[in-house]
Amino acid sequence: MAMRVVVAAADALGAPRLIGVSSAHIDGCLYHGDGGVEFAEALYKGGARVSVPTTLNVGALDLLHPGRVRSDAHATDMARRQMKAYVEMGADATFTCAPYQVGHEPGVGEQVAWGESNAIAFVNSVLGARTERYGDFLDACCAVTGRAPLYGLHLDENRRAQVVVDVTRVPQDLTRRDVFFPVLGTWLGREAGQAVVAIRGLSPTVTRDQLKALGAAAASTGAIALFHVVGVTPEAPTLSAALGLVGSDAGPPGWQTQPGAVFKDEITVDAAGLRSALDRLTTAHDADRVDAVAIGSPHSSLDELRELARLLRGRRVQVPFYVCTARATWAESEEDGTAAALRASGIDVVVDTCVVVAPVLPEAGGVLMTNSGKFAHYAPANTGYGVVYGSLEDCVATAVDGRLVRDEAMWRW
Amino acid sequence: MVSPRGVRGRPVHAGEGGGRVLALDAPLSFWGGVDPRQGTISDPRHPNHGEDISGRVLVLPSAIGSSSSSAIMLELIREENAPAAVVMGKADAILALGVVVAEELGYRGIPIVELNGGDLETLSGAAEAHVSKDGVIELTPKT
Repeated sequence: MAMRVVVAAADALGAPRLIGVSSAHIDGCLYHGDGGVEFAEALYKGGARVSVPTTLNVGALDLLHPGRVRSDAHATDMARRQMKAYVEMGADATFTCAPYQVGHEPGVGEQVAWGESNAIAFVNSVLGARTERYGDFLDACCAVTGRAPLYGLHLDENRRAQVVVDVTRVPQDLTRRDVFFPVLGTWLGREAGQAVVAIRGLSPTVTRDQLKALGAAAASTGAIALFHVVGVTPEAPTLSAALGLVGSDAGPPGWQTQPGAVFKDEITVDAAGLRSALDRLTTAHDADRVDAVAIGSPHSSLDELRELARLLRGRRVQVPFYVCTARATWAESEEDGTAAALRASGIDVVVDTCVVVAPVLPEAGGVLMTNSGKFAHYAPANTGYGVVYGSLEDCVATAVDGRLVRDEAMWRW
Repeated sequence: MVSPRGVRGRPVHAGEGGGRVLALDAPLSFWGGVDPRQGTISDPRHPNHGEDISGRVLVLPSAIGSSSSSAIMLELIREENAPAAVVMGKADAILALGVVVAEELGYRGIPIVELNGGDLETLSGAAEAHVSKDGVIELTPKT
């Protein structure tokens, strides 16, 4: 069955042949309905086992904190069966949307088959490995067969940037703040859709966590699977390199030519565009207080957990405050006292899943504050909560004070 | 032969199906955007929020967002809430995969067709459409 699904996908895509892959990330552990369980158990019972190193995306349960997710007996049982089937097929029980934070880091140019839109954007862009956008099921079938259709972003010619994104008009101070990246990503997904872009004008000091937030937001509002950051990401030491230029390559007909650069389109990030993206991340515009705070989409890194503990300075939160992370990252945070500090401040940790894919937030509903572009994008439809987007500093201040704190001065220039 | 009231696309996943046309005004992520138990568009930010996609010929510029959309397609088919056919300006493998797996598990699949921009607009203006296995789409104009 696994090979039939891979071949059917290759046919649907018009791929000429299959290639070998060296790792897989399976986005099929999340219970959406009984079909996903049926599929996983059909694979397992048919004798399928993963043939390459494979990590697992989030499931619908926090297996380490029973009761964290509200679900009825049937859904709990099915969610558990679905997660278990993939572990029994030999995949690592990572249960995280950020496998790149728990030791699963393919090298530059490596062919892999990854699911989960933020992980796809990260592995392609930040790590320089090569994956197409794999959906649920195909990623699992690639893990079992060790094969993937030769298509799309597996190929050199599809990895060159078509669109240049100019960030140089944004004040430098803003481009260095964490709060900027989910907003830029939200804007980018809407402006660039599915294009491969080359972003110029970001500081070389941009962090992995910032690029993670950028990619996750861009893959939520659009279908961005690969972005280059000039001077930062592995395939973009220069703009010419990101554009795939060698010698005097003129690019396809209709592309623009400037000295040293050929591209299809250039878009400029301006204040109005960013403010519109910022506004889009908030749906509860009139809120003066919030009912819950959630961070960690994609799952928080150890650095982000430490930053949260640093900002809290031992103070207790007045509203439910959820931090979503990988079980492995949480285990690391136990070692240096970060986990203990967060618990003492009243933070609720969620591992193996997150608050927009499983019912974790208080049932009463209301307003959710987050620093995550992805949470802000998906929370209204998936949880019924209205959302307010703000920086991590604002999230902490709001949770400690009990009334909404938002610093928006930086967005005006 | 394509009749004067027909257009021809590329069958991304071959099949047959027809019904009333629902042309979306914006790209859609099935995960986080469609409720498989109701068969409706559940993303409150989507211009077609609340519309029923079950049994419709769903016409959309492209799919966006989560790669979990294939799982939602499988659930839609299992729950008999799937569109009759999906026609997209730019197809990717994600929705098609949900259909392939549904068929592997013994459920009845739906066609997915990729259609160029001009023909997509023609189809969007039709009242009903019928997709056949070779990617030909017969249109019934609005009266």
